[in-house]
Amino acid sequence: MIIISISVGVIFSVVTALGLIRLPDVYTRTHAASKSATLGVLGILTGTFLHFLLIEDHFNPQLIIAIAFLFITSPVSGHLIGRAAYMSGTELAKETVRDDMKILRKKTEDPK
Amino acid sequence: MKTNDVMLQTATKVVIFIILLFAVHIFFTGHYTPGGGFVGGLLTASAIVLLMLAFDLDTVKKILPLNYVAMVAVGLLIALGTAGASIVFDVPFFTHAYDYFDLPLFGKTSLHSAALFDLGVYLVVVGVTMTIIQTIGEDE
Repeated sequence: MIIISISVGVIFSVVTALGLIRLPDVYTRTHAASKSATLGVLGILTGTFLHFLLIEDHFNPQLIIAIAFLFITSPVSGHLIGRAAYMSGTELAKETVRDDMKILRKKTEDPK
Repeated sequence: MKTNDVMLQTATKVVIFIILLFAVHIFFTGHYTPGGGFVGGLLTASAIVLLMLAFDLDTVKKILPLNYVAMVAVGLLIALGTAGASIVFDVPFFTHAYDYFDLPLFGKTSLHSAALFDLGVYLVVVGVTMTIIQTIGEDE
């Protein structure tokens, strides 16, 4: 159980690093970073929590609080980074099909 | 474009309680585990800075009408008073005393006068950090 959760966390962290290298765009990279890095860290934290609970007989509530905290804050930070990149006019990848916010972006560049 | 901070503000409203509770916890457990006045003060200041990021400076001033310079003075006075109370009991300077009391809610607890000194450190750290950040943030 402990081994499984910690391994899943480490594997997802490796996947995050690979995604940061290989993906073409700021937005896809923030997608990779916010999602899989969160899951990786949560897996590692649950592994440590189970280890202290089952092997050391020590209930550590700080780890539960840390899990909840990361679960709340990490997606919000990913959203804010992507939003700031879009507002400052970062280019999208070549494979982009739809850009629904283009109208708003044109309004900001030349306001009537 | 009009900025839309709904996500940041909603997340801040939830998260700030966790940060403040953790700051109080780490302040009170500083005697036996890692923590203490300095780290607790920095955590509290970071919670207030998060409020300032999500909302406005004026809104935070309306919510918390604190004079941070006076807070530094009060913290220094508490620390000096804790150190100077040893003069009354005819022991060397900065000697701390501890004893076990039977409180009505907690039962047998040990109260130490070093916690009061830590409270002074806490107030000084919060006051200094918030003074620096407010003076930088208000420059326009």
